[in-house]
Amino acid sequence: MQTYVGAPQLPSDDKRWKIVEATARRHGREPHALIETLHTVQECFGYLDENALRFVASVLRVPLSRVYGAATFYHFFTLKPKGRHACVVCTGTACYIKGAPLLLKAIEQRYSIKPGETTPDGELSLLTARCLGSCGLAPAAVMDSAVLGKIAPQDILARIERGIHP
Amino acid sequence: MSAHSPIRVKTLTIDGRECGAREDQTILEVARENNIFIPTLCNLPGLSNAGACRLCIVEVKGVNKLLPACVTHVSEGMEVTVNSERLAKFRRGILELVFAERNHVCSVCVTNGHCDLQSMALTLGMTHVHFPYRYPRLPVDASHERFVVDHNRCILCSRCVRVCDEIEGAHTWDIMSRGVECRVITDLAQPWGQSESCTGCGKCVQVCPTGALSEKGKSVAEMSKRRQFLPYLTLMREGRR
Repeated sequence: MQTYVGAPQLPSDDKRWKIVEATARRHGREPHALIETLHTVQECFGYLDENALRFVASVLRVPLSRVYGAATFYHFFTLKPKGRHACVVCTGTACYIKGAPLLLKAIEQRYSIKPGETTPDGELSLLTARCLGSCGLAPAAVMDSAVLGKIAPQDILARIERGIHP
Repeated sequence: MSAHSPIRVKTLTIDGRECGAREDQTILEVARENNIFIPTLCNLPGLSNAGACRLCIVEVKGVNKLLPACVTHVSEGMEVTVNSERLAKFRRGILELVFAERNHVCSVCVTNGHCDLQSMALTLGMTHVHFPYRYPRLPVDASHERFVVDHNRCILCSRCVRVCDEIEGAHTWDIMSRGVECRVITDLAQPWGQSESCTGCGKCVQVCPTGALSEKGKSVAEMSKRRQFLPYLTLMREGRR
């Protein structure tokens, strides 16, 4: 466990740590900046590894277990690297009724990944969301930040294929 | 208003009995002062209240929902019901869900006979679990040199989290994830024996209501918990402030 006096030690020369440190500094390195700082790590690195969690804990003087608790409580944070492409399927009530399970099943059959997993080649991550707020578009999905509404299983597979191999 | 702002006194009725209370007291505290029994699992005098177990739910006249007595403050003229057929049914239901959620097998548990969960089931007259058991596959971590954590017995009351944070000051424990995936963790969900912040004081083991945290070398029914230190430590630390 790292404790420090003065400026915190960055884990490596990677410039992204400076961005993370800047976020912490902007909030006075107070414990309440935990989520904000984890956000920055997630955006800079794409995921939170053990190094990052330890660094955030030591900079903000937050217990390790609380950092881990927050990182696993919110779906936004991932502890493993995400694939190059991400497909988010909405499993909110409206989408669920309109066939979200079929979308997930189709993707699972084609790519052998379950929600929260990434293909072995690191190309595609499958994620779920509890309501995107677009219930009128049910069933809805998001492929690399493009919203797909009223989408059928074969269409989503085609769209993913185009995303991965443009 | 005088310079010494006086602590205001509120009057309320609990199960028809007139009670006087300070305005900063909770329904649970007032009930205990008046020897009125409200069942609790996560509450432990000397620790903050979490409102985690929901066994202390009470009816308050004019409020549609049931309120947890441990975190509901008293107000003037409140009419509280703590014992009714409806509440008894809900409390048994909550307890049954706790039992169904993990693997509580009393006959092979270290705390058999000394367990808060077990005695609460007896007190509330819970004879059957009407929900299908989940039988999750959960690990047992015996990596600590003196203690064991058995997630199969954990009811997520968060007593260990609070005692470690509030009394010991180490905050080794916390709860990870959400919903049915929740679990108590030490540091970065690493084996307890490898935890860097744990001081090995064992307070968490003593406050744990079930056999989830126990001392090594204790066999079935041999683990009784020792909690006298808690009110003492709280008192001594408050006096120092």
